Amino acid sequence: MSDVKSARPLSPHLSIYRFRPTMAMSIVHRITGAGLYVGTVLLVWWLVAAASGPDAFATASSFFGSIIGQLILLGYSWALIHHMLGGLRHFAWDMGYADSKETSTTLAIATLVGSVTITVLLWLGILIFG
Amino acid sequence: MSDFRTPLRRVRGLGAGGGTEHFWRQRLTALSNAVLITVFVILLLTLMNDSYGEVRAAFANPFVGILMALMVVSATIHMKLGMQIIIEDYVHGGTKLPLLILNTFFAIAVAAACLYAIVKLSFGV
Repeated sequence: MSDVKSARPLSPHLSIYRFRPTMAMSIVHRITGAGLYVGTVLLVWWLVAAASGPDAFATASSFFGSIIGQLILLGYSWALIHHMLGGLRHFAWDMGYADSKETSTTLAIATLVGSVTITVLLWLGILIFG
Repeated sequence: MSDFRTPLRRVRGLGAGGGTEHFWRQRLTALSNAVLITVFVILLLTLMNDSYGEVRAAFANPFVGILMALMVVSATIHMKLGMQIIIEDYVHGGTKLPLLILNTFFAIAVAAACLYAIVKLSFGV
């Protein structure tokens, strides 16, 4: 292991790049993925509570029905939808489509617009029909 | 296949190796997640205002139990692979291996707890 850190060139990092939608959506894809990872404890809680009995289920239900619970679910649903749309974008790239500079930028913006739109529609539906 | 890693690289477990399998499993579980999690979200929406008894009754349906179990397996494999990439990208040195181990254990713990609950709900014990 070498400890020489002085004058050696470093590879370019985040700060050197101009902001691009594709770069932002790449970062958001990773952040939403990490958020979804942590949030699986909520799924565990809900399922284990349901399996435990009516009292535990009532506790979990009241949390998910509270303002804080609803805000968490709102954020979680957006992260899920955004990550899913981002994943579909990756599928297109993996198969060799939509990877030109212009198309990938348009798709990056569409991912964000799409995820916000679907999330808003989903929660409007819950508010109206729920 | 010949291995281009040096013996030192191999013994440290660093460098290319198993990357294609990792990539493929990530895509495969992404595909199954897209279907199974959509089904799960629809299930949640239908159960939203239901009583405890009605939620239990929904899980008595074998399709619900099986689809839920498949979703849990698919999602936990996918998230383990994704978090592994994040750790490998940003964490170097002595903390990397413990975090990779923790990541695997966390994903398996989530899967085990969910699957236990689903089995219990499905068989109504």
